[in-house]
Amino acid sequence: MTPTKSLTATPPSIASLRQAIAGRATTATAVTEAALARIAEADPAIHAFLSVDATLARAQAAHVDQLAAAGAPLPPLAGVPFGIKDVLTLEGAPATAGSKILEGYHPPYTCTAVKKLADAGAVFLGKLNCDEFAMGSSNENSAYGPVHNPHDPGRVPGGSSGGSAAAVASGMVTATLGTDTGGSIRQPASFCGVVGVLPTYGRVSRYGLIAFASSLDRIGPFAANVRDAATVLGVIAGHDPMDATSSPLPVPDYTADLDKGVRGMKLGVPSEYFADGLDAEVRAAIESGIEKLRAAGAEIVPISLPHTRYAIPTYYVIATAEASSNLARFDGVRYGFRAPKSDTLAAMYRRTRDLGFGAEVKRRILLGTYVLSHGYYDAYYRKAQQVRRLLADDFLAAFRQVDAILTPTAPTPAFRLGEKSDDPVAMYLADIYTVTASLAGICGISVPCGQSRSGLPIGMQILGPHFGEAAVFRVAQAVETQR
Amino acid sequence: MPKGSETNRVSDVRRVAELAHLELTPDEEERMSRDLSAILEYVAQLAELDTTHVAPMAQVAEVLAVSADAAPEKLSVLRDDLPRPCLPRANAMAAAPESDGVCFKVPKVIER
Repeated sequence: MTPTKSLTATPPSIASLRQAIAGRATTATAVTEAALARIAEADPAIHAFLSVDATLARAQAAHVDQLAAAGAPLPPLAGVPFGIKDVLTLEGAPATAGSKILEGYHPPYTCTAVKKLADAGAVFLGKLNCDEFAMGSSNENSAYGPVHNPHDPGRVPGGSSGGSAAAVASGMVTATLGTDTGGSIRQPASFCGVVGVLPTYGRVSRYGLIAFASSLDRIGPFAANVRDAATVLGVIAGHDPMDATSSPLPVPDYTADLDKGVRGMKLGVPSEYFADGLDAEVRAAIESGIEKLRAAGAEIVPISLPHTRYAIPTYYVIATAEASSNLARFDGVRYGFRAPKSDTLAAMYRRTRDLGFGAEVKRRILLGTYVLSHGYYDAYYRKAQQVRRLLADDFLAAFRQVDAILTPTAPTPAFRLGEKSDDPVAMYLADIYTVTASLAGICGISVPCGQSRSGLPIGMQILGPHFGEAAVFRVAQAVETQR
Repeated sequence: MPKGSETNRVSDVRRVAELAHLELTPDEEERMSRDLSAILEYVAQLAELDTTHVAPMAQVAEVLAVSADAAPEKLSVLRDDLPRPCLPRANAMAAAPESDGVCFKVPKVIER
């Protein structure tokens, strides 16, 4: 992390940090101080962090330095600077979920994925800005102000994990955790020019994730390169007794096959993801990336995912229905904000939720309540669950033909702050290529694959079958190498 | 909601807001009724699909049961129902806006 006026910077890789700390060329303390200095330098213009805890970071770094000084074996993420999206709990730290309703809340327990990072020697610099309750595609729905894209501060970083993407893109930390419900890891990764991973549903425990839509929510890593992302996923994946939907399948070494290349792999290209609405520069970058994979020995197979156009309406019915139920818990009784001076309990609920929630969260609670309400359930909610199965079946059929699927991550590069904030449907369409994998439960990644003429990053999305992360990382590594 | 009159749409939003324990200002009611109409109009295209014989998919594990890569018998096992230590009461109640250390305190309950 060299001092620079630029808002973008490449953070040190996990492997380089490990070698330097184990070889005593540097210390975890020095790495942590450099990260804190970079945050102080770059974050006033980016606003990725909602809270920074230098005391905790220095204590975690000191512990790693003690191990290194004693010549003890170092855990896999020893001394690696991390940031954590503010919808994930860390005991003792705030967890606002980007909402006023959780201002000042300090959760009494730690998220399993965060705990696994801590046990692996990671150093936590702080909690990262995001759209309120992870609802948004631009980070403009944060109650604490938007995040700015390090490549152009007049543009959004994507959302909802905008802070998690921007913190890596600006070199403040080596890796971060985000969450993805309809594209909230992959789309900001694309907009900020970093790697973002959507693990298979059930691959990473959701315990300690402040729920938005429980059948869709997933935790996954951001990093500056594919190898680091694969390393972090290997640490946070696995079964957890605290999450009944977490899978008992063993966790492979995701870095093992990275350099095997794509020769002999069958990679599907779905025509539906290259139709109207795709920006010409994004199309050119993805098609060029696909040609490079073909040149590297992959067999490129045209495929069809025929129900794709129904994914956004399906997603917004299911996600909002689940959200209206999950967000019922924010009522001013057990934690968080309570509106003062209400005469009755009912008035207190209503006032608390009116003052505590932002416009997009209210919009989604209302929509979700509506589609679940008497007389509309069959027409909307049940219908969406049926179409969800058709979308999942599209992928199951495709993965009988191909090992992975290649698409753009987002239809455009990062858009301008304010550009879509008055039109909810236009904003929802920013997720048009990402919600399908969310609904089907399959895994995926966004990996940088070129940039626009004005220098904005463009990401390629690589989708794999359930628990097919190893193949996805292998293709992503080939894209990164060919770039 | 999409086909109703302006008045009906606002009264629909008012009804749903009440179900969701949300208090909306008149401005918010108007804005939300406009936005929800636009979204529901967009959602209406799902009606194009014939789903008569499609079972609803509520969760991903159902799909995994037909996926060749997964072991279905391992995916829906209930855990043993054994007592375990849980969060101490003091920690659980520490973040409450108002409590006496044993109970959460709320304004008086009338109607509901």
